[in-house]
Amino acid sequence: MAAVTRPQPELDDLPASSPPIDPWAQIVQGFDGNRSDLVPVLQRAQSLLGYLPPDAVRRVARWLRLSESEVFGVATFYAQFRFTPPGRHHVRICLGTACHVKGGVQMLETIQRRLGVGAGETTADGEYDVERVACLGCCALAPVLTLDEAIHGQMSVLKLQGILDAEASA
Amino acid sequence: MDLTIDGRRVTADPGNTIMDVARTAGIDIPSLCQDDRLQPFAACRLCLVEVDGTRAPVVACDTVVADGMVVCTETDDLAEQRRVLLDLLLSDHKPDCLVCDQSGDCRLQTLCYRYGVSATSYAGEMRDYPVRSDTPFIVYDPSKCILCGRCVGICEDVQQCNVLDFAERGFISHITTSFGRSMVETSCEMCGNCVSSCPTGALQDKVGQSLGRTWDVRRVETVCPYCGCGCNIRLHVDGHGRVVQVSAEIGKGPNEGNLCVKGRYGFQFINHPDRLTQPLVRRDGELVPASWDEALDVVAQRLTAIKAEHGADALAGFASARCTNEENYLFQKFMRAVVGTHNVDHCARLCHASTVTGLAQSLGSGAMTNSFADLETAQAILIIGSNTSEAHPIAAIHLKKAVRDGATLIVADPRQIDMARRADYHLQIKPGTNVAILNGLMHVILAEGLHDKVFIDARTEEFDKLATVLAKYTPELVEEITGVPAGQIRAAARAFGSAERAAIVYSMGITQHSHGTEHVLAVSNLALLTGNVGKPGAGVNPLRGQNNVQGACDVGALPDVFTGYQPVTDAAARAKFEQAWGAELGSAVGLTVTEAMDAMLAGRVKGLFVMGENPMLSDPDISHVEQALKGLEFLVVQDIFLSETAALADVVLPASSFAEKDGTFTNTERKVQLVRKAIDPPGEARADWRIISDLAGRMGATWSYGHPREIMTELAALTPQYGGISFARLESGGLCWPCPAADHPGTSILHIGKFTRGKGKFFAIDYQAPAEQTDDEFPLTLTTGRMLEHYHTGTMTRRSDGLNELVPTGFAEISPADAQRLGIVDYAEITVATRRGSISVPANVTDRVKPGVVFVPFHFWESPANRLTNPARDPQANIPEFKVCACRVSA
Repeated sequence: MAAVTRPQPELDDLPASSPPIDPWAQIVQGFDGNRSDLVPVLQRAQSLLGYLPPDAVRRVARWLRLSESEVFGVATFYAQFRFTPPGRHHVRICLGTACHVKGGVQMLETIQRRLGVGAGETTADGEYDVERVACLGCCALAPVLTLDEAIHGQMSVLKLQGILDAEASA
Repeated sequence: MDLTIDGRRVTADPGNTIMDVARTAGIDIPSLCQDDRLQPFAACRLCLVEVDGTRAPVVACDTVVADGMVVCTETDDLAEQRRVLLDLLLSDHKPDCLVCDQSGDCRLQTLCYRYGVSATSYAGEMRDYPVRSDTPFIVYDPSKCILCGRCVGICEDVQQCNVLDFAERGFISHITTSFGRSMVETSCEMCGNCVSSCPTGALQDKVGQSLGRTWDVRRVETVCPYCGCGCNIRLHVDGHGRVVQVSAEIGKGPNEGNLCVKGRYGFQFINHPDRLTQPLVRRDGELVPASWDEALDVVAQRLTAIKAEHGADALAGFASARCTNEENYLFQKFMRAVVGTHNVDHCARLCHASTVTGLAQSLGSGAMTNSFADLETAQAILIIGSNTSEAHPIAAIHLKKAVRDGATLIVADPRQIDMARRADYHLQIKPGTNVAILNGLMHVILAEGLHDKVFIDARTEEFDKLATVLAKYTPELVEEITGVPAGQIRAAARAFGSAERAAIVYSMGITQHSHGTEHVLAVSNLALLTGNVGKPGAGVNPLRGQNNVQGACDVGALPDVFTGYQPVTDAAARAKFEQAWGAELGSAVGLTVTEAMDAMLAGRVKGLFVMGENPMLSDPDISHVEQALKGLEFLVVQDIFLSETAALADVVLPASSFAEKDGTFTNTERKVQLVRKAIDPPGEARADWRIISDLAGRMGATWSYGHPREIMTELAALTPQYGGISFARLESGGLCWPCPAADHPGTSILHIGKFTRGKGKFFAIDYQAPAEQTDDEFPLTLTTGRMLEHYHTGTMTRRSDGLNELVPTGFAEISPADAQRLGIVDYAEITVATRRGSISVPANVTDRVKPGVVFVPFHFWESPANRLTNPARDPQANIPEFKVCACRVSA
């Protein structure tokens, strides 16, 4: 499966290439401002910003002449959008059918206990964010989770602890 | 067409839904998501009914009837289906009916009762969201929400604030603001119309919580006491005679079930401890309690003494746009027939006197020509000088609906008001340049041949004079005067001129100028030029500012006319009233509010009777007003609170609020509606009509009114427009005047076929600059006005906690550019000064105003805008120039 790359989060952190990038201009570049552009524009915003901050939702809403609550409603409908800054490391826990049967919930609980954040949240130190997903597409390895681009299969609570320990001491 | 529902033959109109027809036939089809204010949403599926010939049940709310249709609304199958649906809804609905304020009023509960669903049979996880109680007026408990979408629909389609929407999906779907913010941090106007639609207890009014459920309160149908929209409201009265909640019946009255934040939540003033409960008489400089007999004796003696010594014209009376028609009628009758002077006026002088004067000259009637509902059919709407969504929120709902359905909206206003954001064209004029922009629009319309030649030829006169004066108002010249780009003027003129039905809505941005009458005439010129009078979806529509300012004018609380605008200078009219009242009446016009102030200062007026007005905050240049009132020999104020004006009085008479008396109010649509007594007045307070009667009795009159309906009978007999109006008829709904006979249905559109004055008259109006211009010393332009959360001099709204919480203080809007130049930051206390005085007020740095313009609302006694305003007056209508003067701002 293709790894998801998570670019730099903040507007200010965008690389100062030449000419300087205005992220807003980049977000809407190539779109006409039709209602039907909503999801692609949000996707562009998230790919550039790493998540959908309130200000981005507001600006997208104004640009498309939609209400902020409607844009927020649409964005929250889709699992692909997040509303908190991503962590430096990205943990995805699979709770698809196979992983669910093989103990995916314990993996999620372990992560939540260990990192002190729930699914969809980012740790206070900005180190990790956690996401629960429906299927990572490698059910034979259930239960599965990914840490950044690495896939960890046939997980157990112990193995998961080990991975997080290794990360912490790295 | 005919169809059969539940075995009954019923007749329907094409386009009706099964739900509509069933309801007319008295058949209650269950539904949770249906609201007449919304398009059918068909989300709840409870209204599924069986129709012969269809494979599966259909939704009654969204299925249009066909001829010969056979419908069954209750069958065993349907009942079972509905039980399952209710069971499923209950599976994720917090079961706390025993402590829920909505209990008894909850549609879900009612349907569970009806179908015998006592509890859910689905045990499992329930959504568990915290209760949101973070606004002054609305409580939201998502755990009771059934996701019917009504609140979202109301917010999006009716109020059009777009605060709420569905978020997430599946089990965790819920209704929320963007990012779950508190509603007060969004564009929410706190109208509570979402609450009014909620079929469960998910959205509830915070006021009235745990003060009684539906069976604990009495509901009394009456009319809102705030602006001129005339919303029909229900007061919920508890067992202690307190008003604990306000609601509106869906579909009823001009508001059709909608209310604004003031109407729905601003009622705490009624039972407020500050209410006056006994008469006060000034002794040794102090206002002290007295008996009614003592107080009324003092008033009668003093008024009689002043009259004996200086003549009746040394007395003046200010009637009240807040009181009923019957009370205003009695007040002016008292001043004219008992005291013997035409010196009677009221605060219409300060809001729409120029409308009354202007439209009487051009059309023949100084009132709104069309109705709110009718404005929904306009193709183009020009709003000029009206902050509609704040000052007349219910009128705005109708206008927003028209715009949503495709009408072009043009807003001419110095500020970027909410309606301007919704407009196709916002002509952001400099304050006081209405005539220039109107002439500019007309210039383009005429130049491009968009005027209605047939209408002009057939129904108007003196068109040539207008055409001559318009010639010089090229868009370029108008751009110079108003600051609006010429291209925008052309585009807006084309949009207005080419619409088949175009309506003009205006308010005090037009009237409150030293040439206010001319501004009004320019408005009527535009309507006449484009043939937009006397037909649906059009008209000249002044929005009146107070619950009964239209009525107070109609019943003669004006110095120049008796009831129904019959001039006091007209011998026949005088003879009629002399005969009816058994008194001799003078032929000279009396003093207006503004003239009376000058006459007090000059010592010509020595005694003043004020009923329910507060000139100490509402009139221009209040230092001057204070001096005038303090110089009086005798001041009697009849009010519900010890207002700034009452505090100066020699005698204060405790009166009744709208909730404590019967009567009628006439709204801005000319609709006369019944006001019903819900509770007793506090303490010894009395209804205003009774106080005036008692006083008249002490001064020799032999009036014997037992109830306001008798006063209406007398008033109707003397007033052609009200001739067919009686309390008995009003019981079943309001009537728009003219309603000349008991079988007349009322008139919702004026001037159809013929103008009240015969032909519509054009006036050649040239732009004239405001009386006071900016200069080096006072370089900014000050404009004043209202805001959504407060009303007038704040005596009512500032005694309603939540409104005060939303907006606790006054403010001065100033542009970011001016603020930066003057070193002013947002919220910082600043000084706004004019030639008449200065106030200290927090700054609101905002791009709502253009550089060079400062806006201050006039509701706040701590920062009274009218210490600043210019008393320069319109020569015809005597209305002061509240809207423009020169000011200086400093940090």
